[in-house]
Amino acid sequence: MLTAEDVAVFRGEKLVFSGFSFTVPSGGALVLSGPNGSGKSTLLRTLAGLIRPAAGRLLWDGADALADVAGHGRRVAYLGHQDAVKPGLTVAENLRFAATVSRRPIATALSAVGLQELSDLPARMLSAGQKRRLALSRLLLSAAPLWLLDEPTLGLDTGSVERFGGLLATHRAAGGIVVAATHVPLPLPDAAALRLS
Amino acid sequence: MRVFWAVLSRDLRLSLRHGADTLATLLFFVVTASLFPLAIGPAPDTLGRIAPGIVWVCALLATLLPLERLFGADLEDGSLDLLLLSGLPAFGIAAAKAASHWLVTGVPLLLAAAPVAVMLRMPENGIPALLLGLLLGSVLLSLFGTAGASIVLGARRGAVLLPLLVLPLVTPVLIFGAAAADAAAGGLSPRPHLLLLAAMLAAALPLCPLAAGAGLRAAVE
Repeated sequence: MLTAEDVAVFRGEKLVFSGFSFTVPSGGALVLSGPNGSGKSTLLRTLAGLIRPAAGRLLWDGADALADVAGHGRRVAYLGHQDAVKPGLTVAENLRFAATVSRRPIATALSAVGLQELSDLPARMLSAGQKRRLALSRLLLSAAPLWLLDEPTLGLDTGSVERFGGLLATHRAAGGIVVAATHVPLPLPDAAALRLS
Repeated sequence: MRVFWAVLSRDLRLSLRHGADTLATLLFFVVTASLFPLAIGPAPDTLGRIAPGIVWVCALLATLLPLERLFGADLEDGSLDLLLLSGLPAFGIAAAKAASHWLVTGVPLLLAAAPVAVMLRMPENGIPALLLGLLLGSVLLSLFGTAGASIVLGARRGAVLLPLLVLPLVTPVLIFGAAAADAAAGGLSPRPHLLLLAAMLAAALPLCPLAAGAGLRAAVE
């Protein structure tokens, strides 16, 4: 269970948001929406522990999540704006780091996003949508219960979005939590919605 | 610990793929060192006298070359976020990065240093001390360089800022490293200089990764 209590975040001198509170139970999902620059990405990075909140607390199962920032990282699978794909490595090699950390097989993760046939191709040959799918497959290699997704379906075709909906459902059925920032509808049934302004 | 090796092997694999960068650093070292005989003249006495200094200064400058990309590429493509979320504390990430910088830059320089020293007519009895000093010194350069690279990370004109920040920090390394080789070439014991280098290494080994880790955390904020 993820709880935010009165969270406030500054970026430089500017207050991005303050007094933010919500709870997402195990198996739950939260969809963040709001105009550009409203702080969706900042909130996701705060939940990941990459940005320290200026005030308020972040709780994981009732205990302070950010007391051990590195340990909190193990609970988090983060998909940012960028795909973190190295063009010089092959598709499979791009996943090797994530696979070593979690000891999960690369092949299963690749076939779940439909990239298994491209696994030996240099990642620079991939299209934007394929790179996004490669980044999505990292979520499956992680054992983390908390998925933080920044525009996860950006550049995906409708088939891939459907398949991604299946992955989200599996993760939630296993007790995982999804927090996603998006402008387009996501395949996340009965997700709580939070609008930032 | 598994994550530490994962970061290290990931970086080594990336360096292997971009082998030209590694080679460029090595060639930079050899080419700049070979400029000195052209500029000063090939007289063995003069050249041999200043050879330890030349090798050290060129090695110092060569280790600066790959520093800007050490974290820069990972910051730009978002990999740095994932590294910091891997469960390894930020100083562990920084230590792995420093180790990869040393393996990819320091070790090749160490291997090339002896032939370059011979080319510069350095007295043979100074070469073991030069290499021993460089062995300690190159680790120090990688550690200080990693700390510097993480601090300028995300700054505008970081590539210009980086040498200005790192070079003053590593002057003690240069002084005692070159002095060790100089002493040995002149028939004196290089031991005190090498011990001072080792002492610096003992202090930098825990402190530089800590500083670099804090720099990384600040850079992704």
